[in-house]
Amino acid sequence: MAIDIKEIIKPENIVYKKSSLLTDNVMHYCPGCTHGVVNRLVAEVIEEMGIQEETIGVTPVGCAVLLYNYIDIDWQEAAHGRAPALGTAIKRLRPDRYVFTYQGDGDLAAIGTAETIHACNRGEKIVMIFINNGIYGMTGGQMAPTTLEGMKTATSPFGRDASHDGLPIKITEIVATLPGTSYVTRQAAHTANSVRKLKKALKKAFLNQKEGKGTSFIEVVSTCSSGWKLNPVDSNKWMEDNMFPYFPLGDIKDE
Amino acid sequence: MKGNEAIAEAAIRCGVDGYFGYPITPQSEVMETLMDNKPWETTGMVVLQAESEIASINMLYGGAGCGKKVMTSSSSPGISLMQEGLTYLAGAELPCLVVNVVRGGPGLGTIQPAQSDYFQAVKGGGHGDYKLIVLAPASVQEMSDFVELAFDLAFKYRNPAMILSDGMIGQMMEKVEMKPFKPRWTNEEIAEMHPWATTGKPASRERNIITSVELDPNAFERFNLKLQAKYKTIQENEVRCEMINCDDAEYLFVAYGSSARICQKAVDLLRAKGIKAGLLRPITLFPFPTKQIQSLAGNLKGILSVELSMGQMVEDVRLAVGQSVPVEHFGRVGGVIHSPEEVVEALEKKIIGG
Repeated sequence: MAIDIKEIIKPENIVYKKSSLLTDNVMHYCPGCTHGVVNRLVAEVIEEMGIQEETIGVTPVGCAVLLYNYIDIDWQEAAHGRAPALGTAIKRLRPDRYVFTYQGDGDLAAIGTAETIHACNRGEKIVMIFINNGIYGMTGGQMAPTTLEGMKTATSPFGRDASHDGLPIKITEIVATLPGTSYVTRQAAHTANSVRKLKKALKKAFLNQKEGKGTSFIEVVSTCSSGWKLNPVDSNKWMEDNMFPYFPLGDIKDE
Repeated sequence: MKGNEAIAEAAIRCGVDGYFGYPITPQSEVMETLMDNKPWETTGMVVLQAESEIASINMLYGGAGCGKKVMTSSSSPGISLMQEGLTYLAGAELPCLVVNVVRGGPGLGTIQPAQSDYFQAVKGGGHGDYKLIVLAPASVQEMSDFVELAFDLAFKYRNPAMILSDGMIGQMMEKVEMKPFKPRWTNEEIAEMHPWATTGKPASRERNIITSVELDPNAFERFNLKLQAKYKTIQENEVRCEMINCDDAEYLFVAYGSSARICQKAVDLLRAKGIKAGLLRPITLFPFPTKQIQSLAGNLKGILSVELSMGQMVEDVRLAVGQSVPVEHFGRVGGVIHSPEEVVEALEKKIIGG
């Protein structure tokens, strides 16, 4: 017996839908980009915790600069690298609000290194979400502080040379050494399982803030198909083979 | 009390929500006085020592974006580091107060007083077409009074304001009459008074976005025109200046801040000699008292712009009067402060004798 499609599309059969906090704006991210998945997870966590009215987000300069177009909460757009300074003041002046920053590797681990380290060292009661795809996506694929050794980019066309540029910075391990951080983890978002784990980590981070714990810091090892010049499937494979050995997934600190 | 201490005391009294700063001579007493007063125990004011001036100014952005009264203070090299943040604040139309207790430059320069940051304060300093509202106190009393005035203007126009002081006004001690305490705004008052602020999005309104980015050229041109219209309104409505012995003046000093104090004495010395000298003291540097200077020009034989710089404000004085009156500049720099006698001599040589 053939099943009529109308028999299937019923409210009681819905197993997944778009978060009500995600707007109808079309995302500007490239196909295969990790940002879209993480944006969605952030929206889901805020929705599920029922904290839309109490949350203020800070967007960076980089590919996520326009994130405020996608999640229906109050936002501030920071200067390049300065999101943790904004987050510090917002949380200090509005301790009744949930505050998070969302930054890329150039923003958080190069130009904003001082702001990152000192916000974490002061133990600012905020969530910091760190998208690490090893490249400057927005400006067209230049070398990032997290670009792997030998990786070709627009400004390292013959591959990153450690003797010239140093090795990629492990900022997540650095902030884990600071007493101000309470939860530091490195996750991914390229498989169903990794998405589930990342969402759990995000929820834990926001709950930590509710409990008044120190900074929660979540790195998401991500892909940049455009910058890496690989299709999305190959990007995921390349990330597993090359990024994960240098940036291993898992909790680094949980207090 | 010291000028720097007056800034701190006035901040607590006028209901400032947050101070974010980084130590630098000659203004470190501002944060020291605040920390000593522990206002977080009384008014609830947040006082935080940041890791840099760059962090401080971006903390102001975050706080101002929440509709809070936030301020910082620094001195010339630190203010240079804040220029990026100031253009973002201007671009996002956020109100805040930045106090610059100016020292001599360029570079690390000196910790002694100067007025060589006029261009940076008045003409923009950072990138893009924007202006700060700039107030120039000439006494410790004004250091105190201008804190509240600066916040009033900053919130009225949603624009960053600057108190452009100098090491002399910051460090000198005078009697001050403090204003009575005003309570800080409650979060409910802020949500009502500043509906643009990011206070957490209730179901009753659209989400608020504090940003300075606009990628549509036509929309961004419209935004720039809107900013310029705002600056024009400020220019028309908010000029403040003091005129001393200007009614019958044949020779005019234009000077602000500590130079105005010195010129006041120089006016007395010249009047004692029978020379009809006057002083126009701009209190707002943007908006500049262009019309007020023009209104005096008809009776004047010459104008001397006296500044602790190599000649910055003098350009705005020349723009005001054009070729109608001779305009010269006099000023000592590098932390050297001109005496009233030197100022008198400069007027006699450059204007009267010239």
